[in-house]
Amino acid sequence: MVTEEQVWNALAEIPDPEIPVISLVDLGVIRSVDVSRDQVRVEFTPTFLGCPALEVMRDAMAARISALGADAEIQVISDDSWSTDRITPEGRKKLRASGFAPPAPREVGGPKLVQLQSNAFRCPYCASQDTALENIFGPTPCRSVRYCRSCRQPFEQFKTI
Amino acid sequence: MTEQEQQLLLEIADDELILGWRDSEWTGMAPLLEEDVAFSSIAQNEIGHARAWYELAARELGTTADELAFDRRPDEYRCSRLVVLRLVPDWAATIARHHLYETADEERIAALKQSDDPEIAGLAAKIDREEAYHRMHAQMWFERLQDEPRFQTALAELRPLLDVRDEHTPELAELWEEMTVVRRSVAGATW
Repeated sequence: MVTEEQVWNALAEIPDPEIPVISLVDLGVIRSVDVSRDQVRVEFTPTFLGCPALEVMRDAMAARISALGADAEIQVISDDSWSTDRITPEGRKKLRASGFAPPAPREVGGPKLVQLQSNAFRCPYCASQDTALENIFGPTPCRSVRYCRSCRQPFEQFKTI
Repeated sequence: MTEQEQQLLLEIADDELILGWRDSEWTGMAPLLEEDVAFSSIAQNEIGHARAWYELAARELGTTADELAFDRRPDEYRCSRLVVLRLVPDWAATIARHHLYETADEERIAALKQSDDPEIAGLAAKIDREEAYHRMHAQMWFERLQDEPRFQTALAELRPLLDVRDEHTPELAELWEEMTVVRRSVAGATW
């Protein structure tokens, strides 16, 4: 008989397919785990809808749960319940250590261009706030590209969702 | 879900699919490398949104998202004539369309967020968070180009096309041929 804790531990070992330094649990995309007998039901909230990593995440979760000897049901919840605010403190630390600036907190009214163009974002390498927006978009839907004028290093900034 | 809602979902999904395709045509062609990245990323998001709306509609209609996206006849699509236009290599017109579309789409999403159907409202709220970045990108370019005569002319020419959905130009059939050529290339394939 599988326990809920075993499932959470197994899911915590799955790396994000595009940013492997953090796990799916760090990313906060697992809303709930429900175990009844050998049936495991996971509610999974996608990050960005066009993200090609979503299928990979879903398959990886199903495979880990099967390896525990249980049947997996992965329920995809496409509503507004995932936010970058759900990335755990541990996840944010890992992101910064790998050169990704973690997202700013979600605010009422959503992000504004003038904010992105301000210097309210901190360089993950040297911690300077003297950074400029290079591109709202980046190599994946979840990231923007910024440039640190202080250490002259471009870096990727998580978008706030 | 009412029949009217099903039709509206198809309208939005068709808009986002076709616009996503057109935006992707800028990959490797944009006047700045940063815009190659931006339009490619926007295209990816729009097609992701199309898929989500098609999935919701497909469940109601007893079909699949892929069948809705690719197996209808071109004249069955409900997209706006604005998104059908192939605008490469006209950057001013592309930014004009981007601005017009995102402005109209914002209103449409705001209305859907108030839907009594929790799945429609929830998905609209999620999509709105992503679209916020498209709107900021459109706004940035609007501010840059707003005094350019070429941009103003493009805005005036394109604006009336936004609400034309009932008659399509041959451009949509040509696009459909390209879009579905692989899917149609192997008879009976389930991919």
